[in-house]
Amino acid sequence: MIGMDDLAALMPMLLPAVGGVWILLMVALGQDRDIRWPALHALLFLILSGASAIFVLIHGCPGELLDGAILIDAPALLFHLIFIVVALLTVLTSANHLRAEGYAFGEFYALILFAVTGMSMMASSDSLLTIFLGLEILSISLYVLAGFTRDRVNAIEGALKYFLLGAFSTGFLLYGIALFYGASGRLDLRGIASQLSAERGGPVHPMMLAAAGLVLIGFAFKIAAVPFHFWAPDVYQGSMTPVAGFMAAGTKAAAFAALLRVLDVALRSDPMQARWSAVLHALAILTMIGGNVVALAQQNIKRMLAYSSIANAGYLLVGVVAGGAGGQGRSIVLFYLAVYSFMTIGAFSVAALLGRAGEGDQGFAIGAYAGLSRRRPWLAAAMAIFMLSLTGIPPTGGFMGKFYIFKAAVDAGQYDLAIIGLLASVVSAFYYLRIVVQMYVRDPGLESGPAPLRPSEALAIFAAAAATLWIGFFPSALLVIVQSRA
Amino acid sequence: MMLRLLWLIPLLPFAGFLLNGLLGARYLTRRAVALVACAAVLASFAISVGAVLELHNFAPTPAETDAGSPARFTQTLFEWMPMGTTPEGADLTVRWGYSLDPLSAVMILVVTGIGFLIHVYSIGYMEHEPRAGFARFFSYLNLFMGMMLTLVLGASLPVVFVGWEGVGLCSYLLIGFWYDRMFDETTKMSCADAGRKAFITNRIGDVGFLLGMLLLFTAAGTLDIQAILARAGALGTGVCTAAALLLFLGACGKSAQIPLYVWLPDAMAGPTPVSALIHAATMVTAGVYVTCRMAPLYVQAPAAMLSVTVVGALTALFAAIIGTAQDDIKKVLAYSTVSQLGYMMLAAGVGAFSASIFHLMTHAFFKALLFLGAGSVIHAMSGEQNIWRMGGLRRHLPLTHATFAVAVLAIAGIPPFAGFFSKDAILAGVLALAGQAGSPALLAVWAAGVLTAGLTAFYMTRLYLLVFAGVPRMPEEARHHLHESPPVMTRPLIVLALGAAVAGFVGVPEFLGGGSLPNWLQVYLSGTVPSFHPDSGVIYLSEWSAMAIALLVSVAGIAAAWAMYGRRPLPAPAAAAEARGFVRLIKEKFFVDEAIDALVLAPYRWLCRASAAFDEKVVDGLVNAAAAATDLASQLLRLVQTGYVAGYAFAFFLGTVVVLFFVMR
Repeated sequence: MIGMDDLAALMPMLLPAVGGVWILLMVALGQDRDIRWPALHALLFLILSGASAIFVLIHGCPGELLDGAILIDAPALLFHLIFIVVALLTVLTSANHLRAEGYAFGEFYALILFAVTGMSMMASSDSLLTIFLGLEILSISLYVLAGFTRDRVNAIEGALKYFLLGAFSTGFLLYGIALFYGASGRLDLRGIASQLSAERGGPVHPMMLAAAGLVLIGFAFKIAAVPFHFWAPDVYQGSMTPVAGFMAAGTKAAAFAALLRVLDVALRSDPMQARWSAVLHALAILTMIGGNVVALAQQNIKRMLAYSSIANAGYLLVGVVAGGAGGQGRSIVLFYLAVYSFMTIGAFSVAALLGRAGEGDQGFAIGAYAGLSRRRPWLAAAMAIFMLSLTGIPPTGGFMGKFYIFKAAVDAGQYDLAIIGLLASVVSAFYYLRIVVQMYVRDPGLESGPAPLRPSEALAIFAAAAATLWIGFFPSALLVIVQSRA
Repeated sequence: MMLRLLWLIPLLPFAGFLLNGLLGARYLTRRAVALVACAAVLASFAISVGAVLELHNFAPTPAETDAGSPARFTQTLFEWMPMGTTPEGADLTVRWGYSLDPLSAVMILVVTGIGFLIHVYSIGYMEHEPRAGFARFFSYLNLFMGMMLTLVLGASLPVVFVGWEGVGLCSYLLIGFWYDRMFDETTKMSCADAGRKAFITNRIGDVGFLLGMLLLFTAAGTLDIQAILARAGALGTGVCTAAALLLFLGACGKSAQIPLYVWLPDAMAGPTPVSALIHAATMVTAGVYVTCRMAPLYVQAPAAMLSVTVVGALTALFAAIIGTAQDDIKKVLAYSTVSQLGYMMLAAGVGAFSASIFHLMTHAFFKALLFLGAGSVIHAMSGEQNIWRMGGLRRHLPLTHATFAVAVLAIAGIPPFAGFFSKDAILAGVLALAGQAGSPALLAVWAAGVLTAGLTAFYMTRLYLLVFAGVPRMPEEARHHLHESPPVMTRPLIVLALGAAVAGFVGVPEFLGGGSLPNWLQVYLSGTVPSFHPDSGVIYLSEWSAMAIALLVSVAGIAAAWAMYGRRPLPAPAAAAEARGFVRLIKEKFFVDEAIDALVLAPYRWLCRASAAFDEKVVDGLVNAAAAATDLASQLLRLVQTGYVAGYAFAFFLGTVVVLFFVMR
């Protein structure tokens, strides 16, 4: 039975779901002829959801609800707030984009809201079943979003690949969950943990080990860690640009939320911790090197940002390995994800403006940024902030995020991770700063320049740039929140 | 109440900067821009006055008051960089905090008070500027005020450093304000180049400041200024000397001391109110301020103190000599500023910190007045700056003339104007230390100071005579344009003239005032800066005779200038190239710029070319090889990205095998 208090605690998750259904109804009744209308409703539901999350966060979290299917605690709500920010920025940048591209369908916003619901479920549960359910809600929404521009070959190709490989990886995850159940008879993470600690002293059951490995792989796919990353560039390139930003920031955050939960609750006991730590250590190194090195060769900004998002997954993995899956690692990951969401969605938003104006894929070429500072100084300044922040140059938020990650690595004695991470950042400077050089040093070409900026897009880009700088100048406000709550 | 508003003092000008910077050029009228800028500074000034008055009654905790430490109010606003603690337990977190004590109190009053007057004056001076430039000018000016106040109020070194770099940035922006104009035709130096020269020269000093800060952090384990000073005694002479010298390098850059003074004369490329505010009254004194702020550290390092003394004395004398032969009204004042800054450093070096701050304050009044007066003259002359093409302006610019004359008397050290007292306090400090140490060598420093005073009186009188006295030497056409400046410019001059006339009375020496007029400033500052006890062993000169000698030398300087430039007809202006011997040397500023070019820049350029060659051939080879390798790897790895789902799934499968191996082994 659910009391009113419990219902209030569920509001952050329920509101996007209700909003999604509401918008579908609007579409069914033909109320989406002006795309701004469903967008406005989506914004409203997202803001209400974020406000209720803050409310619950301040008034105390109830913990487990619905017979242990849902767990509302502070980390879950903090992750939820990141999802909300990501979705808000995406909605702001997309409304005009959809219209300009000729895909002004209200279903888009229903899908975004459903995806947020899925992310939120992944973050607020300690039951593998709920996590899986959330993951599927998220994934299916994303498959559709990836192919939203349904008469474009790129989009169909990307969506199909995403679906096939997603199904492939879901198989691994589901198989891992099944093995967990087979070995322990439990689907909740604490049950699995107690089973593991009961076996303490003796060797861990191989079925348990295999289960852990397969679940890790499932999440590694979602965060696009090398070598499970191949889908990302193709899918990002095929998707509409705001969707790509949404995937890069939102999916990554949700997958990290669930991954941290599994590692922290189920696999914290001794032999398991050492093993997943070793796996993630290796994945972190591969991902940082792979993502950054391949990004160098990209001539298309969306593919470049896709590899950048892969590389950033590597940095985040360093945070998990160095800080552990508990409080410290979680606060580092939350901090970095917050910064990352702003800078990457900001970059994708600017890319959307330029991409829209160019013929075919012309607008996504690096050369399209030539002389942007002279055509659109404010837009170029914002993009420069995002690029500098992604490189990790002070006084931007990206610097503080990387600083705390690598500091944790040094403190934990993981010098190899810190050194490789720093070298990888140096490599990344090449492809990020190349955009800045194009914007500020090269002369504008003959192309028409970026599409005109609408107020909603300007608001999103301004907010993202301001937040990136704000976190860089005053990291303490965010840091205190994530450290005290996470 | 007002003390609690301390954080607003730097914030208000910063808000003005944002408002004018973002909206000024497009949406605000000139009147609104000027109103915003001036109101922000005036409000800061009002809060400063209130806070300083309250500080007088403020006792932090009973324990501290008993320990005899001065009233100090510290306000921590937020944790700027939370870093936790070291394994040894030292707190690494950097907090953003402001601290008000008598020393910073004097500074904020000078900065906001004189800053406000200069803001008002600028409204008139910049009236011919287009609206966008007008807004840009005032937004930079407000940004400068915010940064300067951050520098002065900062409770920890990183906060001071933010202000330190911030004022440097504003200085650069404002020197190059007319970035499309040529500053010096003969050397082909544009205003933008002058800004760059200032910025780069300051950078050398900033490295010193930064290293000093890091050294103190390593040695003392904190960046909080009061905590460092409290531990200064325990740091050991070596660390103190190194840190003090590094910080002094920073101070040399900012306060234009030998050998880093060369940027200041070229900083005159900026609009004249900028020269008055930044390059005379406030920013250039930041080095002196930081030296006095860190005084307990310097006291632990006699070698550093000696360096400060020597550099200060040499700078004072050297710049004064150059000042005697400059023909540009602003250049004369620029070298005069360098010279006076040397005076302040000299005072700090001999341990007379309160005298140093005293001179800083009086100098802010009369030098700001001189620059604003010069600005008024330039304004009337439609941009002409060569003093040989002026003359007789007394009749055309009566108010400017009167206030300028007050400033000349003040800087020349004629009683009872402000400069007399502060200069005397410094010279008395040198003498007292010489007596205390029983060292006649310090008498040479005193003599240099006295000689500088004479030279100062000489070149200021020369400037005054050539500009205001005699017959007009400008072309007929320019003579018709001559006009007194509008009230918005002359009123600040009058207020500053009052200050330049009477500001000296806050620091009347004891032997003059007797018991009736205490040396108020010294008492006020005692406890904040190490107080100075002139209980000397040897008395080389009595205070009365020392003062008399200094005064006589000053009067002699004035008389000499009168004899040379007061008669008619004037000697023809000797062009630098035609002059002979020593005069030529002075005219060419001792060829310091040329010497730096030949001795530092030429080898540097050679080194640049050599390392460029090395870089292109060897380093670039290696880098390009690394880049090519990375690129090759990139291209190869790209090949794996075939686009075929089956291939992706295969890679996925291989990854799975590896992961499972790691987990299950």
